[in-house]
Amino acid sequence: MSKTTIRWTSQILILGGALLLIAALSLCLGSADLSVQTAIHSIFSGSNTTEHNILFEIRLPRIILGFAIGGALSLAGVILQGLFRNPLVEPYTMGISGGAALGVSLAIILKLCQSMGLLTLPFAGFLGAALVIMLIYTINIRKKTLKIQGLLLTGVMISFISSSFIMLIMSISRTEDLHRIVFWIMGSLEEPSWFLIKLMLFTSLAGLALSYIFWKDLNALRLGEEEATHLGINTERTKRALFVLASLLTGCAVSVGGIIGFIGLIIPHLMRMFIGSDHRALLVGSFLGGAAFLIFCDTLARIIVAACELPVGVITGILGGSFFIYALAKRGKSIA
Amino acid sequence: MLEIKDLTCGYNQRFYLKGINLVIDEGGFFGIIGPNGSGKTTLLRAITRILKPKNGEVFLRGENIWHIDFRELARTIAVVSQNVSTDELNVGEFVLLSRIPHYKGLQFLETKRDEEIADNAMALTDTLKFKDRLMSEISGGERQLVLIARALAQEPKFLLLDEPTAHLDITHQVRILDLLKKLNKELSLTVIIVLHDLNLASEYCDRVALLSDGAVYKEGFPRDVLDYKTIENVYKTVVVVERNPVSLKPYVFLVSEEEREKHKKI
Repeated sequence: MSKTTIRWTSQILILGGALLLIAALSLCLGSADLSVQTAIHSIFSGSNTTEHNILFEIRLPRIILGFAIGGALSLAGVILQGLFRNPLVEPYTMGISGGAALGVSLAIILKLCQSMGLLTLPFAGFLGAALVIMLIYTINIRKKTLKIQGLLLTGVMISFISSSFIMLIMSISRTEDLHRIVFWIMGSLEEPSWFLIKLMLFTSLAGLALSYIFWKDLNALRLGEEEATHLGINTERTKRALFVLASLLTGCAVSVGGIIGFIGLIIPHLMRMFIGSDHRALLVGSFLGGAAFLIFCDTLARIIVAACELPVGVITGILGGSFFIYALAKRGKSIA
Repeated sequence: MLEIKDLTCGYNQRFYLKGINLVIDEGGFFGIIGPNGSGKTTLLRAITRILKPKNGEVFLRGENIWHIDFRELARTIAVVSQNVSTDELNVGEFVLLSRIPHYKGLQFLETKRDEEIADNAMALTDTLKFKDRLMSEISGGERQLVLIARALAQEPKFLLLDEPTAHLDITHQVRILDLLKKLNKELSLTVIIVLHDLNLASEYCDRVALLSDGAVYKEGFPRDVLDYKTIENVYKTVVVVERNPVSLKPYVFLVSEEEREKHKKI
């Protein structure tokens, strides 16, 4: 094995280890504190104890969902940053979350919930996200080439437009609806449907596998689009495929978890400092890092104020943002 | 053989190249010269499939380049262009990127052979000693050499260069062109080079094409193309062409306004 391979393997192992540790911690911590022994004991003691229920019905689903959503958002971020070669792009700057939030708000005030039960809001969110993706895509595809800078601008504008619409909806909706909209927008890993959790897990792992088809393309794109073409990359095809992949990952994550910001921006950055810019290690590294970070933030959100759950988006924003500024300042000039 | 037939292309509605016809033989050292904005870089971009022609075709060994597989084309033509964003890569990693078109289907890591080829290319260009330095930490001349190393590690049959000697001192200019000449002779690598400096083009190129306003003004041996009338017509500048006393190739002298005035009075 070459030096690089050894370095990558150990870095991935460290991230995987951190992820497992955080997940284990998250399983034990909460409003009902379980010691490690009780936790282990209750895993093997059958399904009827209270501890067992807390672990497998409440905490484990959140951890799995945190893994899937954190991984998906961070992966979408690293793909988009590689594609745009702009370190400030993240899944939410593309306007996808705005579309999802608008879809959900509409579903709430139009009282669509009765018709489809638990799946209504995620479905409405995904529909909104998908519409925005198609809109951005068709606006920016001209003469068969995808204009990267245009994508970004239309994305930001669509964010603004949809947030204006959401405010309009909020201003005319009744208090209980208002509460639900606000609650959804703040983002949470509370998800009662096992089906959606499994679907999200499958989507994000499939996204990770698919992204590896494009590792050469992403590595070549570090030199710019023309240079990538000189290296035999079909950049048009790559741009489209990766845009759709990142959008779908984001759309799914947003429609299941609500708006959980910052992960797609910060984690890929930190991973680039830790691993380097070779996507062979960076893709999976960002996935693991994002997963670990979201599970960690969710655990904090559950325990920081006793008997009251904070929105996890608040924690990711505050923690991630401050850590990012710290890392930037420490590293000095050479980030962009 | 690279054959450019009736090529017209440009950006948006403006046409920078109008009906270019050129045949570039394999194994040659072919120079593309001309004033700023005459379409030299545009021509390179059309040959390397960055720019889609509005009209006309480019044939590589008899095949239209737009019908060749992307990776296949990259294994045949390597490009040293002017604006490469080099990221935070170190020199070794940067040169290894050239192996991308040679990767087999599911290959995930560089093979021993890939690394040997990259090391060889760096040894040829005398850049092996910077292997672990960051691209941002080496000088302009060294950077050009690394770019050439990367192109060589791509194992191309054609090497296209866009002003590789721009902004370099004479040491590096000569070093780079000597290197290219050596590669051209020893590996029979076809070199197609855009040059600003007419004297360098005259010294090193077997054949040159002089572009003017997006068309080929004259094409042939440097001694035929670089005469003072042609140059004055295309560049709108007074020049004197003499011979380099050592190589006996044409050498273009510039004449300042002050000197021109003096001569008028006499």
